[in-house]
Amino acid sequence: MPKVKIPRKSTTIDMTAMCDVAFLLLSFFILATKQKPPEVLSVAPPSSISAKAAPDKSILITLTKDGRAFIMLGDETKKADILSNINLAKGLNLSPAELKKWEKSPFIGLPLNQIKSSLSLASEIPANKMPGIPTDSSRNEMIDWVKSISNVYAGTDQRKLQEMLLVKGDNAALYPAFKNIKQAFKKNEIFKFRIVTNGEAVPVGSELYLNPPKAN
Amino acid sequence: MAEMDTSSGGGHHKKGPGVKKAKKLSTRVDLTPMVDLGFLLITFFVFTTTMSQSTAMNMNEPKDDSTQVMKVKNSGAMTILLGKGDQVYYYFGQLEVDKLSEQFKSTTFKQIRDIIVGKKKATNIDDLMYIIKSDKQSTFKNAIDILDEMSICAVPPGHYAEVDMTATEELLIRKTEEANGIK
Repeated sequence: MPKVKIPRKSTTIDMTAMCDVAFLLLSFFILATKQKPPEVLSVAPPSSISAKAAPDKSILITLTKDGRAFIMLGDETKKADILSNINLAKGLNLSPAELKKWEKSPFIGLPLNQIKSSLSLASEIPANKMPGIPTDSSRNEMIDWVKSISNVYAGTDQRKLQEMLLVKGDNAALYPAFKNIKQAFKKNEIFKFRIVTNGEAVPVGSELYLNPPKAN
Repeated sequence: MAEMDTSSGGGHHKKGPGVKKAKKLSTRVDLTPMVDLGFLLITFFVFTTTMSQSTAMNMNEPKDDSTQVMKVKNSGAMTILLGKGDQVYYYFGQLEVDKLSEQFKSTTFKQIRDIIVGKKKATNIDDLMYIIKSDKQSTFKNAIDILDEMSICAVPPGHYAEVDMTATEELLIRKTEEANGIK
């Protein structure tokens, strides 16, 4: 029998090119996706079935586990106006240079009487050391902050403001602190705001599951 | 010295003719696992960055108008009280001093849903009102969870409200907590 030699060709594929493509795509995704706003305070929010997404630019009031309240003014366009408004309203006597420095800080977590002294410090106080904005019923400074915010947004569409006002509270934060934040809103005639929660699926078999609201 | 002996562990003895040379080891690396790793990382980033968007729940607060006291029918009212340690207490209608022990009930978040739905089905929608009162020691999570329960049970807005707790109710909660062991 004549030996029929089947010419054997190499079946190994050079994977180098594939590897390059994979790492290029990886770099693209790492760089192109937005970085989350720096979470200086770790807060674990409760979960809810609400499916509306939280807006990117927001005025976020954070309530930590131990009841401290912080404000993050996410809207850069109005931040300067809000800070100068409260400077005038509460007589903080901040110079323009101090106001500019204050604008740079990512969040507000001090009682009003400590702002001037904190701005003269060389380094920023870390979030954990800040006492937070006082919200006790005897001295609720949150009311003043919300007043300044609503003053600056007075001319614009109120619905936009409602969508931007977010409250993010920790699971273990006690109710009285949250109640005082709600009071701050009510005293300023703001009756609609939003709470940041983790998403959870609608429980199977519940009323909402069986009768989903008509999408509008 | 003239030639490089590439065989591994080359013998010191001279190779005679007819002796097979030791196999040359391949220096090619198979990159398949590296590609797998690359794609795994990509899918990880694709999924985690889209899913990390947190959702927001709408809150509607009623006006604090002391001149306009809302009238609620006793038959349609259910009061839900939130206490320490994720405890939920409830009663229907108004608290009557002599019937307290049978009226005031305690439960957990898992069971409250059935009770809320039961009440909703048994009452005319115009009379239905859930009154939510939170104790000083209840947590933010409790408050949000109960509002979420309202949405889950499809209670229309306007049929539930958050109100301050009365001293009697606070006392009742303290007593119940003591009786069941402070949680």
